Amino acid sequence: MIADLIEAVAKILFIFGVNMGFFAPVLGWVERKQSAVMQDRVGANRADIFGFTLIGLLHPVADTIKLLTKEDFIPAGANKLFHTLAPFITLTPALIAFSVIPFGGQYEIYGHTINLVIADLDVGILFIFAFASLSIYGVVLGGWSSNNNWSFLGAMRASAQMLSYEVAMGLAIIGVIMVYGSLRLTDIGAMQENFFKWGIFLQPIGFILFIACATAENKRIPFDIPEAETEIVAGYFTEYSSMKFIMFWMAEFLEMITIAGIITTLFLGAWHIPFISSKMLLSLFSFAGANGATILVMLTNIATFFTKIIFMIWFQMTIRWTLPRFRYDQMMKLGWKILLPLSLINIFITGLVLLL
Amino acid sequence: MSYGLFLMSRVCNFMSDITKELHTEHMVINMGPSHPVTHGTVKFVVTLDGETIVNFEVEIGYLHRGFEKMCESGLWEQAFPYTDRLNYVSSMINNVGYALAVEKLIGIDTPERCKYIRVIVSELSRLSDHFTNVAASGLELGAFTAFLYFVEARDLIWDLLESICGARLTSNYVRIGGLKNDLPEGFKGHTARVFKRCRELWIDVDKLLTKNRIFLDRVRDVGIMSPDDAIAYGFTGPCLRASGVPYDVRKAQPYLVYDRMDFEIPIGEKGDNFDRYLVRMEEINQSMRIVEQALDNIPDGPINVDMPEYRWQSKDDIYTKIESVIFHFKTVVEGIKPPEGEVYFAVEGGNGELGFYLVSNGSGKPYKCRVRPPCFPLTAAMPKMVTGSLIADVVPTFDMINMIGGECDR
Repeated sequence: MIADLIEAVAKILFIFGVNMGFFAPVLGWVERKQSAVMQDRVGANRADIFGFTLIGLLHPVADTIKLLTKEDFIPAGANKLFHTLAPFITLTPALIAFSVIPFGGQYEIYGHTINLVIADLDVGILFIFAFASLSIYGVVLGGWSSNNNWSFLGAMRASAQMLSYEVAMGLAIIGVIMVYGSLRLTDIGAMQENFFKWGIFLQPIGFILFIACATAENKRIPFDIPEAETEIVAGYFTEYSSMKFIMFWMAEFLEMITIAGIITTLFLGAWHIPFISSKMLLSLFSFAGANGATILVMLTNIATFFTKIIFMIWFQMTIRWTLPRFRYDQMMKLGWKILLPLSLINIFITGLVLLL
Repeated sequence: MSYGLFLMSRVCNFMSDITKELHTEHMVINMGPSHPVTHGTVKFVVTLDGETIVNFEVEIGYLHRGFEKMCESGLWEQAFPYTDRLNYVSSMINNVGYALAVEKLIGIDTPERCKYIRVIVSELSRLSDHFTNVAASGLELGAFTAFLYFVEARDLIWDLLESICGARLTSNYVRIGGLKNDLPEGFKGHTARVFKRCRELWIDVDKLLTKNRIFLDRVRDVGIMSPDDAIAYGFTGPCLRASGVPYDVRKAQPYLVYDRMDFEIPIGEKGDNFDRYLVRMEEINQSMRIVEQALDNIPDGPINVDMPEYRWQSKDDIYTKIESVIFHFKTVVEGIKPPEGEVYFAVEGGNGELGFYLVSNGSGKPYKCRVRPPCFPLTAAMPKMVTGSLIADVVPTFDMINMIGGECDR
């Protein structure tokens, strides 16, 4: 009982710490540095403590201090309650969605079974979708309550975009669910031990569709229409400053991590290393004794999982710094007339193959 | 049976409900004067129906400095620093244009070497203008990487300009009847190195944008101007050529030594933003060709005309010869005195025909100095180009007409 409690708390703290404490700030730095590398620049390297710049790693700290000391501005005529509530509503689902993503398999250590997922729900994917679609309320609320035409336009665009891409995204996943026959993410992860059974090989179209839709859900270039700064200033968060602004910003990064997590779990073999099964790993680590070997395997799997996540984040950032942005109507056309039929065709073909 | 009828009537009611006209209102929003798309200060009052533009009004004048009045209150030579600030991305062309207008008024024919150098600096300025414009089009559509590639190219061009005149932006290099100084040593080699890198960057940006489906969708069939409309509005420069009218001042009324250069005028087919983009991309290549030809053929000789009443003589002469001192004193204190008369002279600026209309009453100051800014008619056509399209289309259209506040508002 107490072991279970400790395990649960440890897992929550681990995921929370990795996401909020490591990924969210470091991603800001990574984004700056990666864009700098792509654009022949040096990138952030000015913030320093006693002259040590740590290749710009102190910039997230400087940003946080700066934003904490900024005035928390609420425009005249704005609905104070909803204006304050909106960033929380956006941030919370982004944090929660990660709780059902397994970052490792099941391990037996000292007679205690450890399942490396915070909540092993049997409707894992549906849970993620439910919470991902909740974050749209924060966006719409923020845009509407700001009492600003630009914010309002941004909110309208965001709601249209997120609603229409959710449909295609949900349908893109169905193929995966059909192939693996489970909604439980730990099951799907466990079934991908064989390299050639990874989702990306069984569902290549679903993979591409999901990446496209997920980028749109996350509102990043080329789908950053709700916050297109040259058109509608900053879209739905035009009127936000201080920590509320950074909450929207963090929600975006957290969603990016969550998307990377989902892609890893569904398509990239979750915590498995290609061509190396858990048994091979166990025999490799057999020098450490039965329990020690299991712990080492567990750590290897966690490391593998997060390596894949980092790769997917890198991939998303490369897209973001390469492409221009769509126009509103073109994006809707892409969503409804191309991605949606494609995902339906994908489901049909998958069904046909499974039936035969 | 009766239940079926009841259901039918309910459905009919429902259908009439959704087809009923909803009460909607137009939204009026101010884009600018400080809005990310209005680089250079300008304001659009946009009436929107949803996201569709119903009415579009342009308000200019936020950067009005009284250029023409300032020119009238200074000596003829003192207008050069003001011309730098017209189209500040290609200030050398403005210098050249003003100098040529005054020289036409006086009747000066500058030495060959001076003409070649003026062609070189004009084309370098055009390069900087087009690089900036194409780069900004990428930036505004979200392609930040393409933007920085061409900003690097522009920076290299500015290095060249800096080596010539010491300034990157406000050059103040050309003089009436000559130039401030000759080209620096090793300029040809420096140019060759810069152009090599610029061509690499050109290829990179071409790959990033020209065949990029998203970029194509954003700029193609947006902001179309037919040739007739374009002429009626007074378009010149790349925007007119994109509409398919092969008018370029450098070919139509060749000035300096452009008639000896081998270059082509790219023209578009439709007159949409994509054609404007392509025309500018090709003009970048043509400008580099012109500079290379000019550097190959440039003769040796003086850069200043030998007319001491209009152009200072060398400092050696001024310090040693009494006539030179007197001319120097007279031209500095009273200014040069062109004969009475009026003149219009146009050069091909970065955005189109940049014309100077000057009136002299025989005194040391211009009686009137009027500029024909190429981007004023272009800005005036904005409502025609964007009304009926989406608000997102304002972005590429306004970028491609390349309105420069300093030039438009003067």
